[in-house]
Amino acid sequence: MIDLKNLTIKKAHEDIKSGKYSAVDLTKAYLEEIKKKNPEINAYLEVFKDAEEQAQAADTRFKAGAATLLTGIPFAIKDNILIKGRRAGSASKILENYHATYDATVIEKLKREGAVFIGRTNMDEFAMGGSTENSAYGVTKNPYDTERVAGGSSGGSAAALAMDGALAALGSDTGGSIRQPASFCGLVGLKATYGAVSRNGVMAMGSSLDQIGPFAKTVTDAEIIFNTIKGNDSLDSTTISDTTYKTKKTDKKLTIGIPKAFLKGDGINKDVLKNFEESIENFKKLGYEIKDVELPNIAYSLPVYYVIMPAEVSSNLSRFDGVRFGLHKDGKDGIDDYFETRGAGFGKEVRRRVLLGTYILSSGYYDAYYNRANALRRVITSDFETAFKTVDIILTPTTPAPAFKIGEKISDPVAMYLEDIFTVTANLTGMPAISIPSGVSGKLPLGIQMTALHGNEALLFKAGKEFLKE
Amino acid sequence: MIISYFIYFKLQESDFAVTIFFMITVTEIEKLATLARIKLTDAEKQGLTKEIDSILTYIDQIKKATLDIDHTPIVGIVHNIFREDESRVLPPEDREALLKQAPEREGDFVAVKKIIAQD
Repeated sequence: MIDLKNLTIKKAHEDIKSGKYSAVDLTKAYLEEIKKKNPEINAYLEVFKDAEEQAQAADTRFKAGAATLLTGIPFAIKDNILIKGRRAGSASKILENYHATYDATVIEKLKREGAVFIGRTNMDEFAMGGSTENSAYGVTKNPYDTERVAGGSSGGSAAALAMDGALAALGSDTGGSIRQPASFCGLVGLKATYGAVSRNGVMAMGSSLDQIGPFAKTVTDAEIIFNTIKGNDSLDSTTISDTTYKTKKTDKKLTIGIPKAFLKGDGINKDVLKNFEESIENFKKLGYEIKDVELPNIAYSLPVYYVIMPAEVSSNLSRFDGVRFGLHKDGKDGIDDYFETRGAGFGKEVRRRVLLGTYILSSGYYDAYYNRANALRRVITSDFETAFKTVDIILTPTTPAPAFKIGEKISDPVAMYLEDIFTVTANLTGMPAISIPSGVSGKLPLGIQMTALHGNEALLFKAGKEFLKE
Repeated sequence: MIISYFIYFKLQESDFAVTIFFMITVTEIEKLATLARIKLTDAEKQGLTKEIDSILTYIDQIKKATLDIDHTPIVGIVHNIFREDESRVLPPEDREALLKQAPEREGDFVAVKKIIAQD
């Protein structure tokens, strides 16, 4: 029996290398857990039939002495990331029967390392939502409490990892879709600097906000995955290299900023606030300096996000037309085919955002909403840049409350959107942010979020490892 | 609970701008749905009117921010990378894989309905 609960990438690598068990044994152990737990949790939409074969290839690499840290490591992949020849659907009916015709750049990089893809995971349709309740294939339940959501939109990837159905996972984060489910499921989740990881092969939602990133059980594991998937890519012209941004030194005493004014008010759960205060104390004990920071316009982040994101969504989702791939519903003529296909294929939240984005971008409203939101986005970013002149990291809770009950927020879009209050800023500013587990409220995990200046993931990894005593 | 948290912020600003209460109409929803090429049922139109109204009321607070409007959107410090405008020839198996995804196909073409009006 492999102790999956306490397994990390490094440990699995050492174990396979020393012959304690094989990559095939490891994959089989996870498949066994999936068989037991997935019928209830619904983390996976599909478990790949050739997972064991992939693991065999990994064992061959180990025998040849050509294994790297990720060789044979079982990964869960969000359903909006393309793997050549496999189904990919963003948990939407409009992509029924769609098979990817190429590998996303991140997948190509993981294949090069010999990682094993166990399956594709459930999500909110086209990554729109914070609970996985917007999936066309049913909700994903939280492994810590099955009456509650696993978060979203990458809820399937988070639950897959939390239920020991994989050792690592990939998700995508447009407004918190990696960090929020990571927080709800007691995991580490990273949204890197905009452009650090190639978006080639991930289905676009908000192109100026989207980033692919890792879910892991430890900061060390998240760092290993990030170092593998990052890098400049000619197929995504927004990608950056290690030298694009100036980086701060990590071998010094770090200063953490707390946006105190932003954390006032009764919107934040008491346990979350208490845990946050305790986390600050822990950092103090570890020798970190704590400072108050002013972010005068941060309260505008969420409304700004809910202007820019739907605007980008409405343009990005125009490609689903029922002509070239996916679902096709017959109408009375060519244009009616579009109406029928998109009417039948898109779920409720997707329609809502497409219509909202269409409104925001329509003449007469464009200036008042889209242009104004972009100007504010710039102001918020410069507020953060100013704050980072005096601190290295900005700390907040990841979410205002722990995982909520299934059905609790689904009928009130604005209540659901407020889930993203602490996470959207990193997508607006393009800065890297990580959520790490920080305690519990009853049996529900809590998380804290650290943000750093562009290109400074190393600071987040350092502070994260010290906080979690890795 | 969380909503009141935002009202708190709103009250903090000594801004007396008139709050506009949105009343988006079913006709407007129909116009948007036509632009977005989405077929909606009457019940859906009613629901969306209410939901989009509440979202617009929420995002309307950005109008209260005092700022010099700079219209240039900024996403990062990187710039577009151009390549030569040359066609890339796909290997036949890749072309076949792409064509296979099309719901309607005729030989090596994706088939669509006639788009010229017949009279």
